[in-house]
Amino acid sequence: MKTHGSIGRVALTIAWRSLHTYVRRPDLFVPSLVFPLVFLASFAGGLTALGSVPGFHFPAGYTAFQFVFVLCQSSMFAGLFTGFSLAFDFESGFARRLMLAAEDRRGIALGYALVALSRAVITLTLVTGVALATGMQITGSGVDVFGLYGLAALLVLVGYAWAAGVAFRFRSIQAGPLMQTPVFLIIFLAPVYVPLNLLQGWIHAVALINPATAFLEAGRGLISGVHDHTGLAYICAAALIALLSVWMLTGLRKAETSA
Amino acid sequence: MSSVLVTQIGVLARRSMLKTLRQPFQMFPIVFFPLILLAVNASGLKAATRLPGFPTHSYVSFAIAVAFIQGGMFSLINTGTNLAEDIESGFFERLALTPLRRVSLISGLLVGVGVLGVLQSAVYIVMALVAGAHLDAGFGGALVILALGALTAMGFGALGCAAALKTGSGEAVQGLFPLFFVFIFLSSSNLPRNLLRTGWFHTVATWNPISYLIEGFRSLFITGWDGTALWRGFAVAAGLMAIALLAVAGALRSRMQRT
Repeated sequence: MKTHGSIGRVALTIAWRSLHTYVRRPDLFVPSLVFPLVFLASFAGGLTALGSVPGFHFPAGYTAFQFVFVLCQSSMFAGLFTGFSLAFDFESGFARRLMLAAEDRRGIALGYALVALSRAVITLTLVTGVALATGMQITGSGVDVFGLYGLAALLVLVGYAWAAGVAFRFRSIQAGPLMQTPVFLIIFLAPVYVPLNLLQGWIHAVALINPATAFLEAGRGLISGVHDHTGLAYICAAALIALLSVWMLTGLRKAETSA
Repeated sequence: MSSVLVTQIGVLARRSMLKTLRQPFQMFPIVFFPLILLAVNASGLKAATRLPGFPTHSYVSFAIAVAFIQGGMFSLINTGTNLAEDIESGFFERLALTPLRRVSLISGLLVGVGVLGVLQSAVYIVMALVAGAHLDAGFGGALVILALGALTAMGFGALGCAAALKTGSGEAVQGLFPLFFVFIFLSSSNLPRNLLRTGWFHTVATWNPISYLIEGFRSLFITGWDGTALWRGFAVAAGLMAIALLAVAGALRSRMQRT
């Protein structure tokens, strides 16, 4: 009989195994840490001058402004990279064996979600440490910062649910570009470098309806203490998780049928 | 140069070009990835043109230079992956058993990459002009861009060959892409060096040769004929080519001994 306990057992076993693999393999571990740091260095370090563009007012400074982008991007990519691991496990045959052994296969999806969250904790701790060490200011309160990392956790699940849905359907690492490209586009078609009011032309129109804009504005509001679209960002993230969970679980059903 | 050598180089150059042109998944990133990034960055960073000291009012004219470098990096990946595939499939070993000279093998590949470099540079110029960029150096400048584009593609392509010969693995060659992307991020790709206000970033960008390659292309778009920017750009491309060829010679020697 399938119980919540059986889902939990499967999930925890998978989470432990995948996390163990992750920290022991530098080829997985290093890129997931290096990329956010390169983004932080390049955007927060290289584009500081944008903080003096007329009309740009951000109380916590340009490093904090870009840190929120890196935080959101790293969170979603922690989910995506876990989707890669899942696809790789299918390609190597491990995930198929896992499907035969698991008492409740929803535990597989939950287990990899825990992996994504754990990987994000490692990445975000490092990125936050580096940002603070290089002089980032946080003018929001402790509760705001807690809200910021709560939003980041939801974004990990958004990225993961999308990537896992693709991985369950294609069961091959060759589907990697399909996992990455939409997320990459959604993130970059938002106010990445300057606030929304300074964007012009088509990108302003796209950013207005892009949920990533709400994530970035809410995150920047939380880090600076000047709240902006916080509720909307949480609602968008929760709605995306709900929608993409259906996508992921139907993908799991397809993988079961195929196996 | 003997006619046999010319024939050998011609045949291998044609094969190298067709191998890329016939594979849509290799062509897609060359053409679309730099253009998508250009579209996103040109819109998102347009506000930077309002900074005092920014050299032009058109961010597209400023940013298009990066597309040529990205195109060069895709040459690295495609050339390296194709050669690694030849090694993995045994085609390289069969070639090594023929009277084909080593110099023809690499020259043929690189001539093919150079021709593709001209084609991709022409596409970037046309797309930039369509997007509203102004080519200050005129038609003559376009020809210089094609030459610098070909040399850049050949330089990166040769690095790809060296990596393929050294590792014999397409996956290892693909792994180089993020490494080289870091060089673009830590350069004057998004802002001119005089506007890089973060001290360490300014230093890194000044020491980063990719900055000078970008500025060589960029000068023809925004300042017309700038001898200093051009010689530095060509020197970096030629230097890259020379270093890569030395690495190819070493790797080819070991590979042939193993074969």
